[in-house]
Amino acid sequence: MGALAGRAAAREITFVEATVEALREEMRRDPAIFYMGEGIGARGGNFTQTKGLYDEFGPERVRDTPISELGFTAAGVGAAMAGMHPVADLMFADFIAEAMSQVVHQAAKVHYISGGRIEVPLIVRAAFGVVRSAGAHHSGSLYPWFMHVPGLKVAVPSSPADAKGLWKTALRERCPVMIFEHKGLYNQKGPVPEGEYLTPFGQAAIARAGRDATIAATALMVHKSLQAASILEGEGISVEVLDLRTLVPLDEESILKSVARTGRLVIADEAHETCGVGAEIAARVAARGFDFLDAPIARVSMLQAPHPFSPPLEAALLPSPEKIAAAVRAAVRGEEAHAG
Amino acid sequence: MATPTTQPGLFLEAYRRMLLLRRFELKAQELYRRGEMPGFIHLYVGEEAVAVGVCLHLSREDYVTSTHRGHGHALAKGISAREVMAELFGKATGCSGGRGGSMHLYAPDVGFLGTNGLVGAGIPVAAGAGLAAQLRRSGQVAVAFFGDGAANHGAFHEGLNLAGVWNLPVVFVCENNLYATQTPLRMATKNQDISSRAAAYGMPGAAVDGNDVEAVSAAAAEALARARSGGGPSLLECRTYRFLGHHEGDPGTGYRSREEVEAWKKRCPIALERARLIERAEAAETALQDIEREVEEMIAGAVEFALASPLPDAAEALRHVFPEAAGSAEAVWAR
Repeated sequence: MGALAGRAAAREITFVEATVEALREEMRRDPAIFYMGEGIGARGGNFTQTKGLYDEFGPERVRDTPISELGFTAAGVGAAMAGMHPVADLMFADFIAEAMSQVVHQAAKVHYISGGRIEVPLIVRAAFGVVRSAGAHHSGSLYPWFMHVPGLKVAVPSSPADAKGLWKTALRERCPVMIFEHKGLYNQKGPVPEGEYLTPFGQAAIARAGRDATIAATALMVHKSLQAASILEGEGISVEVLDLRTLVPLDEESILKSVARTGRLVIADEAHETCGVGAEIAARVAARGFDFLDAPIARVSMLQAPHPFSPPLEAALLPSPEKIAAAVRAAVRGEEAHAG
Repeated sequence: MATPTTQPGLFLEAYRRMLLLRRFELKAQELYRRGEMPGFIHLYVGEEAVAVGVCLHLSREDYVTSTHRGHGHALAKGISAREVMAELFGKATGCSGGRGGSMHLYAPDVGFLGTNGLVGAGIPVAAGAGLAAQLRRSGQVAVAFFGDGAANHGAFHEGLNLAGVWNLPVVFVCENNLYATQTPLRMATKNQDISSRAAAYGMPGAAVDGNDVEAVSAAAAEALARARSGGGPSLLECRTYRFLGHHEGDPGTGYRSREEVEAWKKRCPIALERARLIERAEAAETALQDIEREVEEMIAGAVEFALASPLPDAAEALRHVFPEAAGSAEAVWAR
């Protein structure tokens, strides 16, 4: 995508390998960076998200923690205030709830309430999203919570190349950054440039250009939206897919520009719908882009129930390419949406 | 009992600092009652020996995390009375530029990582500051001050457990003033010997008379020396009492008997130390009076500074949500 423009024949690696590469490069560059989490040392992490880092950087900088999310997130806050650049790996995004006060009341606020005197360059890493019936405590997509909190940046990469570039940018930010990675993307392969590049925060990427409708999407939903776009192409509907890449800062300008071209907007996001990513984007586009719209804004999100275990129940609540396509079709044809 | 004069003049300095804390709080109370100060304040009157006894042994580079009752820690760690007083008034010249207030005092230049509005939150944050020191092998230590109420919060457990397993250079100082807001300790936990909990985390624990600055000083010196020499964390319980209510406006009597309050006031840490200094001939009456005058002048100067200082510019209310240009924040420690 964006970061790859003009680069020839990059090798292909997985999303999770790209994140490890970013961490390795940044940890070599900056001795202040260290990493904390459960089972992330010699074991290399639940999702192989630190594979090889322990061997290179040792147990001090790649630090296994007890099951103590509040404690090690707070330790990250304190170490960051004291000049380090820690990564607190919460493993499943759902576990952030255990450390919520430290993220929201300490990490996010200290810079402001210290009058700008203290920085908290803490990275909180969390694997989110539905894969294989993980159930109500291991499937959540909780990033909208943090869009609500001033002082936090929120990244939701969708491709291996962006995962590397956004991680490297995050490790050079001086504020707390929440990095949410969809578990279903970890083993997807894609071209990733070797060596140094940064993917800027606050710049959406056009994953596919189109004329009739815009789908603004995050993470795995970028891929589902591309599938929806392929379905719709066969019906003569040309869809633009916008990969938001970061939610804070949100690239409002790119969304507005795209909607100005297409006249229709669907937001595809795996988090729960109420007060979610789509709600925020819809409100902003309604405020600043109302005249561009030829149809009501539609949201395709996780429906408002806890994540159920049984596969048919799970699928009933989740966004899918078919549901996204139906929402676009309805916007284009002026109909009610019916998922296939 | 602490041995007197481990360092010449140490307890005269302790007396000066305790008096500063006391006079500062009483002046803040007076100004608050006149309706001149916004927000809420929780005063430290009666507990001065704890902050001072510990901070006597800290350098500027060491870290402290504090509580909602934190003016004393801030002053003892070295933030100027002027900057703290200005912050209580929400002035631009306050230590947090007016964005923090009483419960959010910060000063990276003296390693002060914040008073805190969330009970217990500073405990594991101090562990993190200690971890930073350990990773850099800088010789710094971190101190977490917290109350008996915080000792029942999960943050206490997680913070002490991490500090224990990682052998961090941290001293956890519990100011046990017997009441968490209005709830007496006996109603909050079955084992009221908070220092005994240290054993659960594999660290030494000690309980001292928190109204005796020499006892606090001796115990803190030992725990801090252990932390600095790689011996790991300690838990120090200082048994003390707040002479005033939980916050200014709470009379502090509905849940405590007058007899109990009066009995503790007779054990005033400042009067106790003054008598000792005279008795041991470590200070002449005139020297103590000089200190008392000097403290009064400092407080008067702080109030004058705070009142004369400008309020923040409302047009800048959105500033500092995120860091500005590189290097605009003060480095707590050179990277």
